[in-house]
Amino acid sequence: MGKNLGKTFLVFLSVLTLSFALHAKSDKDGHDDHHDGHDVNEFDAGATAFHHIADANVYSIGPWSIPLPCILYAPDKGWSIFSSSKFGVVGHHGDGHKAVDGYVLNGGSVNRIKPGQGFPDGEVELFSVEAFEKDAEAGHAMHPFHHKKIDGKEVSYFEYDHKEYLLDSKSTGDGGLFGGGITSYYDFSLTKNVVAMLLMTFFMIFIFIRVAKAYAARAGKAPKGLQGFIEPIFVFIQDEVAKPFLGHKWEKFLPFLMSLFFFILGLNLFGQIPFFGNANVTGNISVTVVLALFTFIVVNLNGNKNYWGHLFAMPGVPKWVLLILTPVELVGVLIKPLTLTLRLFANITAGHMVMVIFVGLIFVFGKSGQYAGLSYGTAVGSILLTMFMMAIELLVAFIQAFVFTILTASYIGAAVEEEHH
Amino acid sequence: MTGAFVALGMGLAVIGAGIGLGSIGSKAMEAIARQPEAVGDIRSNMILMGALVEGAALIAIVMCFLVAG
Repeated sequence: MGKNLGKTFLVFLSVLTLSFALHAKSDKDGHDDHHDGHDVNEFDAGATAFHHIADANVYSIGPWSIPLPCILYAPDKGWSIFSSSKFGVVGHHGDGHKAVDGYVLNGGSVNRIKPGQGFPDGEVELFSVEAFEKDAEAGHAMHPFHHKKIDGKEVSYFEYDHKEYLLDSKSTGDGGLFGGGITSYYDFSLTKNVVAMLLMTFFMIFIFIRVAKAYAARAGKAPKGLQGFIEPIFVFIQDEVAKPFLGHKWEKFLPFLMSLFFFILGLNLFGQIPFFGNANVTGNISVTVVLALFTFIVVNLNGNKNYWGHLFAMPGVPKWVLLILTPVELVGVLIKPLTLTLRLFANITAGHMVMVIFVGLIFVFGKSGQYAGLSYGTAVGSILLTMFMMAIELLVAFIQAFVFTILTASYIGAAVEEEHH
Repeated sequence: MTGAFVALGMGLAVIGAGIGLGSIGSKAMEAIARQPEAVGDIRSNMILMGALVEGAALIAIVMCFLVAG
């Protein structure tokens, strides 16, 4: 067994090494070409990592792209609903070679051409597929979309008919806090993350209905199969999280805690499957904000007299101290969901980025594939490191799901606790 | 210039979290060595405390990102 495992591991390692190193080599030929005297295709590990953790309007599995429905709304134009296959994705960067109704696909994500620049509506071909494929065959990766800084903000643009057109990014609800804000259009599309979330929801429903049926059919017998896999995890959360923190009210909150735990765990693990789209759902701050908001609502709806009493008028404290203490307590109420949000987001995002950067080391050390030997050498090391990180990330997937649940349980427990002296 | 301060701030936040997590870990190990039968309780409380310490560091790091803009 041990010997076989070692052999399998070696075969797996050499296949991965070869595939990455060959990829580096195929890029090399392209990267010899110089545009305007400087190497435009120089490998940027940071940008690559950010591209890989970002949400997208196409679901890419390996070299294939599965189109997803785009549902876009612009106040001055109304709704635009179409499939993202209309953009005609070319290459593996998720760039579309067509503009549809003033929208373009830039690095897998839909952007609107800033209104008022006179860009024609309807389907417009930005560049021909033949030219792109000819360039790709010559090893010259074509990048139709570029970035530049305008007033300190990164703006994407492209050239069409010898004219530059600026792109608008998606509207976000952060009010400019994370560099977003309300722009000229809203994206309600079924993005990669939404699809992953729906898949996971249906998968969870399927699993739990099957397990529930198994309990009904095999009443009084030892658990078997899938039931035997789910039961220890379920009982662990019930006995280690729900019962100690929630006291005799644990049954009321168990469904909420279980939903949180299995949803986060499922999506954490789903994001770890290599070459399968790598939907970074729990590493998306919008998702974790909503999860933390659920906790916030459940805690504050179930807070009893005791909880609110401790919040606004801590018993046994002089009146003048309350002037300082109450604001601190109120900030604490808001800090709790904030840290829940950031903890899950930062841990999962960091895990995904570290893996992309480890693989990116091959391209950094091999100077984008100019030195084949260095590429091969680094590939062995970086794949070993990546495998090690993946093992750690499996652990982190469980720990973060557990931590989110246990903190939620402790916040709810503090809110429903009866007065004791 | 801001970038250098941001990097410094991130480093300081991580040092703080590192000290906190280190002392939680060492005390938990001591406690487990003293009372191996309480390992389950100690472990879940250790993770809970670790998460709280980590939260403070994360807020600092996100503040750094916001300053860096």
